[in-house]
Amino acid sequence: MNKLNRLLASIGLTAAMLTAGTVMAGDITGAGATFPYPIYAKWAEAYKAQTSIGLNYQSIGSGGGIKQIIAKTVNFGASDKPLTSDALAKDGLVQFPTVIGGVVPVINVEGVKPGQMKMTGEILAQIYAGKITKWNDPKLAADNKGLKLPETDITVVHRSDGSGTSFIFTTYLSQVSPEWKSSVGADTAVQWPTGMGGKGNEGVAANVKSIKNSIGYVEYAYAKQNKMDYVVLKNHDGQFVTPDDINFKAAAANAKWKAEENFYQILTNQPGKESWPISGATFILMHAKEDNADSAKDVLKFFDWAYSNGDKMAAELDYVPLPDSVKKQIRDAWKAQIKGADGKAVW
Amino acid sequence: MSTLIREDRLKRQNLLDILFRNLTRLCAFGVLALLVAIIVSLITSSSLAMHEFGFGFLTSADWNPVTEKFGALVPIVGTIATSVIALLIAIPVSFGIAIFLTELSPQWMRRPLGVAIELLAGIPSIIYGMWGLFVFVPIFADDIEPWINNNLGHLPVISPLFTGPNLGISVLAAGIILAIMIIPFIASVMRDVFDVVPSLLKESAYGLGATTWEVMYQVVLPYTKIGVVGGIMLGLGRALGETMAITFVIGNAHQLSSSLLKPGNSISSALANEFTEAVGDLYTSALVELGLILFFITFVVLSLARFMLYKLAQREGRGA
Repeated sequence: MNKLNRLLASIGLTAAMLTAGTVMAGDITGAGATFPYPIYAKWAEAYKAQTSIGLNYQSIGSGGGIKQIIAKTVNFGASDKPLTSDALAKDGLVQFPTVIGGVVPVINVEGVKPGQMKMTGEILAQIYAGKITKWNDPKLAADNKGLKLPETDITVVHRSDGSGTSFIFTTYLSQVSPEWKSSVGADTAVQWPTGMGGKGNEGVAANVKSIKNSIGYVEYAYAKQNKMDYVVLKNHDGQFVTPDDINFKAAAANAKWKAEENFYQILTNQPGKESWPISGATFILMHAKEDNADSAKDVLKFFDWAYSNGDKMAAELDYVPLPDSVKKQIRDAWKAQIKGADGKAVW
Repeated sequence: MSTLIREDRLKRQNLLDILFRNLTRLCAFGVLALLVAIIVSLITSSSLAMHEFGFGFLTSADWNPVTEKFGALVPIVGTIATSVIALLIAIPVSFGIAIFLTELSPQWMRRPLGVAIELLAGIPSIIYGMWGLFVFVPIFADDIEPWINNNLGHLPVISPLFTGPNLGISVLAAGIILAIMIIPFIASVMRDVFDVVPSLLKESAYGLGATTWEVMYQVVLPYTKIGVVGGIMLGLGRALGETMAITFVIGNAHQLSSSLLKPGNSISSALANEFTEAVGDLYTSALVELGLILFFITFVVLSLARFMLYKLAQREGRGA
């Protein structure tokens, strides 16, 4: 069973690589989350120009990334959902974050402009649970005095594929609504009580744009690039905040990153006046004991370079870079945690 | 001397013949082996879900990755519903196309029309999906669904099927897109088999005063029955397994509903959506079992078609 899975995984990855073009020997291979793909691709381009070492990254989804790194078909895996220390230990993996981003609820309601609609987390949870079904529901109207809300049904749009974006979003709903936590829960894919699914961020964005009176959630970059009507959310401190990189950064400021916990950190519903409540980091997975120390070192060199030189590129693409203190912690963790076959530290 | 050479050549030819026969046999058996290998691997990979859920898997509408409770009812219903809708639309339209092309169309028009239909058959399904989502669905939501709600939504018995929100994205929209996709397949097979009906038969019927419809229905159709059913099966096979076009327009919602105007899910689109992100053995195993069910449905449908043809042929034999 395990062997078969590994075989299937490697066949699938080989096929993906063949279609993406030939992989040069010495290139770094990675697979996983779609959310950080744009920034990894941009870093890779700049890195190749400097070092002539390329990165072949397949954005096949966080779940796929976890499977591929366990099967050792890639040099690193990438996931938007952090793994717990237990899960990491089980497969002998280590994990570290790269960048931070935000998930944004977007709506398509006639007469409502971007940033005009205000919501609390509790109301968002009730909409996604199918409890609030009309746009002019009194609970919604209470926070939106002065907005003319139509008496129409709300169409809920969620992701149809498993996704780190869904994980961040449902984690937030679980934190603000005990009812959501007990009836639905938080994961990359859940049993949605209502609504329809769109494939990928682009699928959700397309559905929300084409269906009147709908609500969906996408990564910030998608909302910004498609000029979608985003929602203003009430955060942990009771402030209504707009989604932008300053507020994502504020959410990350309070996080206590710890190497001994493998940087496991959920950034939703963080305290702080400016904190955007649905923020999250994206993670890299590697083996604690690398069979091939050279290729592992190449991966670490790449991310070391990206931490030192990639912040501006990340900001251009609406990601939030990690604070310098966290970067130092990560480099220290590499030294302590990632060993070659001979037991010597790779970094 | 000369006989010796001939014997030698004969021997060599014989050897080549044996070699050739075994080569073709290898090809044919290779397909069989592949089929068995696929079935075996599907069964072994899904055994975990089979043990966990048993036959309840077929009747449960749950699909909860968090608690790892899985059931296949929603995708099964969606797959069958979309395929049935597609056939209901595609069979009469394809029949009309084939009649026009073989009997009624002016000679100069036949070739360009025929080529156009074959070109339609060659369009990749993702194009149909994108066209469906960006062009067809908005029209369907704004103009067609309100009409369906107002007119068909009040009919007795079938009204629950046709009442629902005007979202565009729905099981019905997926069925219609599927119909458009399989019409070229069915129509081109029908045209080809209608073309091989001896003109002697048709002209005799016309000579006896039959109308075009009577000729088609009572002479051409019985003569080409097997080919026509084959063409329909080809279309149905494509409809059952179609993935990308469906994923775009069906709504991908694991919810059971009596209305065709609500979002649903199909087996193939559930697989396409969830396989890459399925973490955990039970989740993956449940998805593989879905694939096995699709395999089984296709197998049963094709066997039924074969059986039907066999019965038809038998009845004819008795009649004569």
